[in-house]
Amino acid sequence: MDLENQKRVKELAEKYGPENIVVILGAAEGEAAGLAAETVTAGDPTFAGPLTGVQLGLSVYHVCEEAIKSEIPEDVYDEQISMMEMVLDVDDIVNEMTAIRDEHSKY
Amino acid sequence: MNSVLAATSYVLVHVPDMVLHNGSTQTTERTVNPGSAYLEALPKHIRSYEQALSYAPNQTYIGGLTPQQLSQREQPWYPQPVEGADRFARYGEIMPQDEFLLLLQICDVFDLVFLSRDFVTHTRAALAQHPLMNQDILARLKEGVDDEQITNFVNNEHAEGLYHKGQLVGYIKRAHDVDVNLTAHVVHENLVSKASSVLSLLHLIHNSGLNPEEIDYVIDCSEEACGDMNQRGGGNFAKAAAEIAGLKNATGSDMRAFCAAPAHALVTAASLVKAGTFKKVVVTSGGSTAKLGMNGKDHVKKDMPVLEDVLGGFAALICENDGVNPEIDLNLIGRHMVGTGSSPQAVITSLVLSPLEKAGMKIVDIDKFAAEMQNPDVTKPAGAGDVPQANFKMIAALAVKSGEIERGELNDFIQRHGMPGWAPTQGHIPSGAPYLGFARQDILDGTINNAMIIGKGSLFLGRMTNLFDGISFVMRANRGQDKREQGISRHEVRGLIAEALRSFAGSLGDQAGGSHA
Repeated sequence: MDLENQKRVKELAEKYGPENIVVILGAAEGEAAGLAAETVTAGDPTFAGPLTGVQLGLSVYHVCEEAIKSEIPEDVYDEQISMMEMVLDVDDIVNEMTAIRDEHSKY
Repeated sequence: MNSVLAATSYVLVHVPDMVLHNGSTQTTERTVNPGSAYLEALPKHIRSYEQALSYAPNQTYIGGLTPQQLSQREQPWYPQPVEGADRFARYGEIMPQDEFLLLLQICDVFDLVFLSRDFVTHTRAALAQHPLMNQDILARLKEGVDDEQITNFVNNEHAEGLYHKGQLVGYIKRAHDVDVNLTAHVVHENLVSKASSVLSLLHLIHNSGLNPEEIDYVIDCSEEACGDMNQRGGGNFAKAAAEIAGLKNATGSDMRAFCAAPAHALVTAASLVKAGTFKKVVVTSGGSTAKLGMNGKDHVKKDMPVLEDVLGGFAALICENDGVNPEIDLNLIGRHMVGTGSSPQAVITSLVLSPLEKAGMKIVDIDKFAAEMQNPDVTKPAGAGDVPQANFKMIAALAVKSGEIERGELNDFIQRHGMPGWAPTQGHIPSGAPYLGFARQDILDGTINNAMIIGKGSLFLGRMTNLFDGISFVMRANRGQDKREQGISRHEVRGLIAEALRSFAGSLGDQAGGSHA
């Protein structure tokens, strides 16, 4: 995850409390989504950014996961996300995200 | 009438020592983690010139392979060298580092670049044999200096070292004692951009067969900024490169828009020519040292060669409509607007679907799309996927959503309307521009009728806006027929006017006669 984004996530979690933060990802691949999810839960796996060794354990979802999709008005989802949903390997992303959440998410 | 794309050039410069000393991933690592395992392992992953030369995506970039030939090769491409690969191909060349260092010095007009005496003596003959280095250019090359002077400036005077095969062979000194915009690092980055732009211009002149003095205007679309502490991005790379390349009658300016800049510049160039402001406009760009080895950590981790070891450059010539070359259709311009939004769906709709809909066309009416052309050998091991394929998938999905194709035809659409990516990850270089040369040739050959070139840029990196950016245009077969029709109609108009005048004159005579009557 981009170092600047790591910094922003860290600051927001400190400001509002990690239990009040949900991170929504838009990554195009399972692996990339998993890496970003790992960063905001177990810490930066590349040991490069501000979240290195910081286990925030945040609640984290990909925008195409049902839990998030069902919260978005259908017409907005169709206009903004449905095209990408068509080209993504959503099953792979869901599997990656679920595995990371099960292991590292505290909220 | 629309202006035309009359010629293109593409160059790469293999700079293995600059990967180690100037790539931002490496310079950052050296600052924050000087003894890192990565920096220690990196030199073992650096490619030789021959390896870079015979690398299939590099050969495709300079026109030694076609995109079709590249797509028939098994991925990843780096383990299989191209047999009999040449330094020079249809669109340009892959220049070795030693000759480029001389070119760098040639491009320095402020006595900032110094090379060792031995190095200049040994390399001069090779550069003098270069088919495009004329006497005017070679006369700019200065004699070398003593090695002690080089060591002294690098160790004590904040100079940036110039290396070849691990040896210190020269330096670039800082251009000011305190100005952060004129440090040796910045001057190095800018001169490299300028020199690789000059090389692109020389190949463009050669490929077009033009007298360089015929060129009116040059637009540089790279990603660097030159200026001093009072105007960090003052410019003007375009004019600086034009001077060395001998474009005596040209002026120019720089356009910046991150990776979308080449597409912005080409639309501007096409508009300047169509408007009649200038007859011949060149869009040019050199390469970026900062992006060398950008994904090096992932390449080393996966025990691959570090593939980001070349600087990229290109140039394109836009001329008045000659009835032959492909037109740049200014009625088919897609643009990402301030109000468009940043979701991929909104971006691709604004760049692809909206301009076509406005012209009553469909997505399937465009034979080939060229968006972000990054080489997947570079990006996949770094977890960024196959970028061009992702773009074609999005365009195909948009065609499904607008009811042009069935969902089951998605892959077939990608095969027919897409292509593999072969561009080095040099920011502005991959964004649509690498296909211009092939698109021109394919249209001239009648293999395709049209192609959409899409530039996309990540403006958030500059921290001025979170907006995305992009602009697209369509190249299409020259409608020479229209020109002839227009010619005929102009002729007819002249005939009609003549007839009207005769008739008017006759009626005057009648009236005169009448009044007399």
